[in-house]
Amino acid sequence: MAEHNDIDQVTGTSTTGHQWDGIKELNTPLPRWWVITFYITIVWAFGYWLVYPAWPLLTNHTTGLFGYSSRADVAVELANLDKIRGDKMVKLGAAPLAEIEKDPALLALARARGKTVFGDNCAPCHGSGGAGAKGYPNLNDDEWLWGGSLDQILQTIQFGVRSGHAKGHESAMLAFGKEGVLKKDQIVTAANYVRSLSGLATAKGYNAAEGGKIFAENCASCHGDAGKGNQELGAPDLTDKIWLYGSDEAVLIETITNGRAGVMPAWVERLDPSTVKALAVYVHSLGGGK
Amino acid sequence: MVNARSIPPMAKTAPIELQVDDDGPLYVAQKKVYPQSVKGTFRRIKWGLMAFCLGVYYLLPFVRWNRGLGAPDQAVLVDLPNSRFYFFFIELWPQEVYYFTGLLIVAALTLFLMNSVGGRIWCGYLCPQTVWTDLFYAVERLVEGDRRERMRKDAARGTMKMQRFAEITLKHSIWLMIAWWTGGAWVLYFNDAPTLVKQLVTFEAPMLAYIWIAILTATTYVLAGFMREQVCVYMCPWPRIQAALTDEWALNVTYKYDRGEKRTSLKKANELRAVGEVAGDCIDCYQCVAVCPTGIDIRDGSQLDCIQCGLCIDACDTVMTKIGRETRLIGYDNDINIHRRQAGKPPIYRIVRPRTIVYSALISVVGAIMLYALMTRSLLDINVLHDRNPVAVKLSDGSIRNAYTVRLLNKRGFDRVIAIDIDGPVNALVHVVGADSVTPDRPMIVLGRDQTTELRVLVTAPAENNPEKSIPVRFRVTDIGLGEVTSATDNFVSP
Repeated sequence: MAEHNDIDQVTGTSTTGHQWDGIKELNTPLPRWWVITFYITIVWAFGYWLVYPAWPLLTNHTTGLFGYSSRADVAVELANLDKIRGDKMVKLGAAPLAEIEKDPALLALARARGKTVFGDNCAPCHGSGGAGAKGYPNLNDDEWLWGGSLDQILQTIQFGVRSGHAKGHESAMLAFGKEGVLKKDQIVTAANYVRSLSGLATAKGYNAAEGGKIFAENCASCHGDAGKGNQELGAPDLTDKIWLYGSDEAVLIETITNGRAGVMPAWVERLDPSTVKALAVYVHSLGGGK
Repeated sequence: MVNARSIPPMAKTAPIELQVDDDGPLYVAQKKVYPQSVKGTFRRIKWGLMAFCLGVYYLLPFVRWNRGLGAPDQAVLVDLPNSRFYFFFIELWPQEVYYFTGLLIVAALTLFLMNSVGGRIWCGYLCPQTVWTDLFYAVERLVEGDRRERMRKDAARGTMKMQRFAEITLKHSIWLMIAWWTGGAWVLYFNDAPTLVKQLVTFEAPMLAYIWIAILTATTYVLAGFMREQVCVYMCPWPRIQAALTDEWALNVTYKYDRGEKRTSLKKANELRAVGEVAGDCIDCYQCVAVCPTGIDIRDGSQLDCIQCGLCIDACDTVMTKIGRETRLIGYDNDINIHRRQAGKPPIYRIVRPRTIVYSALISVVGAIMLYALMTRSLLDINVLHDRNPVAVKLSDGSIRNAYTVRLLNKRGFDRVIAIDIDGPVNALVHVVGADSVTPDRPMIVLGRDQTTELRVLVTAPAENNPEKSIPVRFRVTDIGLGEVTSATDNFVSP
């Protein structure tokens, strides 16, 4: 330690007494206002601990003098939101489905609400714009497994597909290959027959008569004699240009061998009725609704 | 003009010395200014302009303008909740804020033009800071008396009597009332004025109105009552810009030192003239300094602090008339004329010169463009936004469908029916979700008055007729009643 009262000649400030190679360190303390503010913040923290929830305990936490809770704040905000939406959503809930699309104000509300809810709940499978993916139907087109009218869409959203809900759509396609119902060469013939239904090319040496027979015996009960499908059973139309899993021969063979059984949850258990209604109108208005 | 050759060349042998700036800190404490009352031409002009500016500001919200049923009838109104701006016959939507860009350009150019003609006309006569400060000084003078009285009273601050206390209270009360009225007028531009006045009086107005009145009251009171010339000297960027924009022909408030120098007393000047010697007209009476609202001496030449209000011209003219000398020893002039007079030549004034011509031309061009844009502004607008996911949908019969969000803006004050047609894809059908049951192949929509309608429009076309990946599609909107047509183009995409 050198002498503490060493004053630097140029600045007139005292030094700390430290020296490195003849360079002295000036003793420039923090500004007083800064130090005082700093101490005030420490005192303030004690008050804060008292007033607000602060310290974790073994099973709980200190609740603070006034019992403040940010979670309660959120609940209040949500209640306020419901209050603001109140009238409109009630009106939406009360209106018959068909009337909603005819009233521009209700349609706009349903579409706005539907779009948000769709993004939160449906988009993971169906895509943000309802474009779908392999195995997940495109909701913009006009092919509907379980029907594309407003009521049918509403029912599908409410109770889902193979969802385990009592009112859900249930039937599933049989795994013809796995269950041993059809042999491998029969499956190939059936796949080619299905391709021919929508005018797609068939493989060389394919026996159309045999294909027709296999189809009539195994597939027609659900898909119809002409392959037009059956929305009661969720059996797709095999004569059109839309393919949920694909139209390649290999994909069709896979489909017939293993069957198909896509799943959709029953949303009635998770969303309130007017929201489901808005969702139905939104999906219907995407363009493919009947 | 200054002859460049008359300036002596720099001495080459002069030693270079480092300049040490030991003038202390740049901060200068405010020196209180006590402007004296003055009468004259420029004072009259200033009173007139003050009455005009304040009159417009305070009364304009009460001017009515009939726009038909359901539309606000206030001539000038910024309707923030409905996002509309009304200015007499003009109604602007938020999309049209670019008109304000044009307005700002014209305003800036006008400022430049004023500056190249007559210096800081804006600062001296029209700037709100000048107008309100002038008004506050007038109040101060009315209550506390003229310059000398005010100086004397301020100097005797320690021994304040009841009367002085009353004076100060009165002055600040009047100031606050003016300031409060200023804030009050401001909020009237954002709401129906008569209604808001009633609400304000009965304390039923929205909180925001009171907050804005409080803010504007505070700023007016502080800026015009206390900060005054400090705003012009330290806060405002315009003096600096003005200094960079001026040229040698611009007429600025100038002390004509060719006439004024050498300053002497009146008596001495008379004696000198009696023996046939030359004496300056300036008798060092300091009247120009006494009346100056920024407290400067104009005889020091053109300076940043001078707002060029012309009051020193009036003060000097009064003195010159009294002592029987020619007026306008201080006046709108420039260095060129001072040098010409010194050289015995007549002064020349060049208001019309390339700079002013260019500014005027630019103002006319921008103004004309704005006027044209305003006259030909569309009252039916369309915006089209293509769906991004999915961009295209294949239907069961193999045809292609694209979906678009179409926004239609009806800027007229009445409902109207429009039809939507499309040009582009072959054999295409257009369908508006939830709106076209009457005419399925040509959707007709009712557009509410003065509002935007958003539609979901589906365009479907057979794939075999439209083999290209992307085809331009034009949405044509026709007003069935008026025949007004507008359109927007997007693309029809195949997957």
